[in-house]
Amino acid sequence: MKKCIISLISVFLGLVAGAFLMWASGHNPVEGFVYLVQGGTKSISRIGDTIATAGPLILTGLSVAFAFRTGLFNIGASGQMLFGGFCATAVGLTFDMPRPLLLLSMIIVGAIGGGIIAFIPGLLKAMFNVHEVVSTIMMNWISYWVVYYTIPAYFKGTMETESAKLPATATLKSASFSKMFDGSYINLGILISIISVLVIWFILDKTTFGYELKAVGFSRFAAEYAGISVNKSIISSMVISGALAGLAGVIHYTGNASSIQIGVLPSQGMDGIAVALLGATTPIGVLFAALFFALLHAGRGFMGAMTEIPPEIADTIIATIIYFAATSVLIERIIDNAKRRKSAKLEMKEEK
Amino acid sequence: MDIIFQVFPYAIAFTIPLLVTALGGLYSERSGVANIALEGLMIIGAFSSALSLKLLPNNMLSVWISLGIATIAGALFSILHAFASVNLKANQIISGTAINMMAGALTIFLARNITGSGNIRIPGGFIKVDIPILSDIPIAGPLFFQNTYYSTWLVLLILILFSFVLYKTKFGLRLRACGENPHAADAAGVNVSFMRYWGVMLSGALSGLGGGIYLVTFSKEFNGSVSGFGFLALAALIFGQWKPLGILGSTLFFGFATTISNVSQVIPELAVIPPMYLKIFPYIVTLIALVIFSKSSQAPKASGEPFDQAKR
Repeated sequence: MKKCIISLISVFLGLVAGAFLMWASGHNPVEGFVYLVQGGTKSISRIGDTIATAGPLILTGLSVAFAFRTGLFNIGASGQMLFGGFCATAVGLTFDMPRPLLLLSMIIVGAIGGGIIAFIPGLLKAMFNVHEVVSTIMMNWISYWVVYYTIPAYFKGTMETESAKLPATATLKSASFSKMFDGSYINLGILISIISVLVIWFILDKTTFGYELKAVGFSRFAAEYAGISVNKSIISSMVISGALAGLAGVIHYTGNASSIQIGVLPSQGMDGIAVALLGATTPIGVLFAALFFALLHAGRGFMGAMTEIPPEIADTIIATIIYFAATSVLIERIIDNAKRRKSAKLEMKEEK
Repeated sequence: MDIIFQVFPYAIAFTIPLLVTALGGLYSERSGVANIALEGLMIIGAFSSALSLKLLPNNMLSVWISLGIATIAGALFSILHAFASVNLKANQIISGTAINMMAGALTIFLARNITGSGNIRIPGGFIKVDIPILSDIPIAGPLFFQNTYYSTWLVLLILILFSFVLYKTKFGLRLRACGENPHAADAAGVNVSFMRYWGVMLSGALSGLGGGIYLVTFSKEFNGSVSGFGFLALAALIFGQWKPLGILGSTLFFGFATTISNVSQVIPELAVIPPMYLKIFPYIVTLIALVIFSKSSQAPKASGEPFDQAKR
């Protein structure tokens, strides 16, 4: 409850900061926000686009949140996402199978791809106590360069900087789904995101396995004393976290898009950290936080078209929200002080 | 031998911004504040340098002024990180991440508002110069003193100065104490919060300068990123085991490894190796180095830990 209030206050402060920036740079903040929200919700197809944008964000947010809950900081979601998407695309371009089978194997291979990239930092952390922040950043660049050179060599598209386009049957796009939302690019990917949210919620809150992982996150030594295999837990958390990011890559590159651009790390990886923090690292919270950020992302194009406000305002607002979430101690202190003052007042009245 | 002469200036141009940024990271971490905001602080430096070069007349003096502005901007922006991690005892990694994200978005937002475009191309930047007399020395002359930037010599001076301050002055001793055992430092009468503010702001200043140097010698265009230099500097800091000479070595390694992979296609001996392996080589070596150093890590013991006076 308290966490929820803190998140909402952070959002509010972030929006205020965004409004201030718009005002200070000579734009009308009210107009800006109206277009920003309209851009994401004005029509059914825009709502569909917003939900589709949320798909990968939910999964990267879930990835980071899962790692957080188990005491790890996965800053490498972008690399895992890129590699997962790359593996899925490679399967989609190479094999010719009946559609359900093909899609299923793409999803599984994508998750494994992300898991492999995260396995190495997990292993290094468990065996040698190498800090995962640095090793996941190294892995980001390793997957960046591997994809950078493998795509032009084996899966070259019409352009030098992107992969060949996946045939429609090898993507998560669904004509009936898209029709339901008036021609939006929403696709089956969002279902994967929602199922993952439920699965991760179940694992974390309802299983012994999840309990053990969380125990290691709270205190490595206490968990070891309680007979939990710490090393195994660290590696499993990292691999699951990576697999979730890999799935984000699957739905981003084979659902929302149908080819991979080389030379860019997907921004959803870093945004995932923001989503996880705003969602108070709970699966349900992540779902709502991702939808909110997706609204900002999807609406900024429309805002950019209707006003002179640069679209980067959306990212600035997100970053500011995270800063306020990180410094939530300040907000907590203010809430506590307010409570204390209230109860003190009540006591005064009773004494009278 | 010719190859080395050709590669050398490029490798140095790559090394210098990394080195000064990693040195900044060193000051922050030795004072006990983990700083993954180096990337963002470099972006702030590159942006303020690019903007001031855009507005100032196109001459050498402006380049120096722009570097000064970058340094100040980095220091000011890093106060955000110091405030979060020292006063509010926030999670330092999260605060750093927020600053990285904010720097990338905010600078482009401002660039679009001020110049109308997200990219700022700078008119001049530093020109390569030969150092008189010294450049005539055989072998060493062409290697070290020809085709150099003034900023290279500035950064080497800073390295010497900051190493001296860290190891030979009262200030440096206190700073290191705050990173190793803040409670002991506190008991000895050192103001831990004050020292940590210094650590973080110096790291902001040096990263800002690093971003500025990256702009005027390396990229010559601001586009909202410093292509991962800040994160690489962080890796170099750990690779160099939080020591000034160590980071000189590790940043030189990154400089050479990256430059060689960039030019490998035109050098026959290297063209046989697929470029992918050369590109990922520095990162793999860093991972291996992390494993090797893990047993004898020289990491400041209290880095990343908020200082709580009441806790023992």
